[in-house]
Amino acid sequence: MSDNTITVRFFARLREELKTEHLAVDARPGLTAGDVLTELAARGGPWGQLQGDQPVMIAINQAMAKPGSAVTAGDELAFFPPVTGG
Amino acid sequence: MISVQHGDFDPGAEYTALRDSGAGTGAIATFTGLVRDNGDLQGVTGLYLEHYPGMTEQVIQGLIDEASERWDVRKARVIHRVGRLALCDQIVFVGVCSAHRGDAFAACEFIMDALKTSAPFWKKEITADREHWVEQKEADLERSQGWD
Repeated sequence: MSDNTITVRFFARLREELKTEHLAVDARPGLTAGDVLTELAARGGPWGQLQGDQPVMIAINQAMAKPGSAVTAGDELAFFPPVTGG
Repeated sequence: MISVQHGDFDPGAEYTALRDSGAGTGAIATFTGLVRDNGDLQGVTGLYLEHYPGMTEQVIQGLIDEASERWDVRKARVIHRVGRLALCDQIVFVGVCSAHRGDAFAACEFIMDALKTSAPFWKKEITADREHWVEQKEADLERSQGWD
């Protein structure tokens, strides 16, 4: 993987419905987690749920983040449904 | 200490280990969560639990740290299982040692409540004819927010 990419991971229902555990997106100045979400949702089909009715949680480098949070090359960005452990 | 594991655990052994927390410990509170036959669905025969390795442990450690700031916590133990679980299997164990029962009860309950709404685990219910990713419950969010 080149140095200029962000790894995007999916968990649980999103991982199953998108049939994707992880993918890479190119980093660029000013990119936010919300931008990545919007671009992936634009793929259509099941990807549309990333901006659908159900909430999508965001983590950057394994810490909770927000749509406006910046992502840079080498970051691990994760999208997942609200958690349901315990 | 935190363990996220596929295998089962022995609450008796965990309790015995918690007793080894110094002569200042006067109370140990423990909680064990089990797989039950009804949740979002009726007739649940088992669960599948997924987690985010690394982040899960960090979040739980943060909860133990927060509990330790708010109450007298001399030792804390959290175990959470992942993978395929059967009906009545143990899912989660939280144990807290404190000087007095009030702190032990509160810290144990706080860790458990906050774990349910902040640690990245996801539960899928399995019945005879379908599988269903469990939805986060408003009641769980309210319980967790009640500690703010």
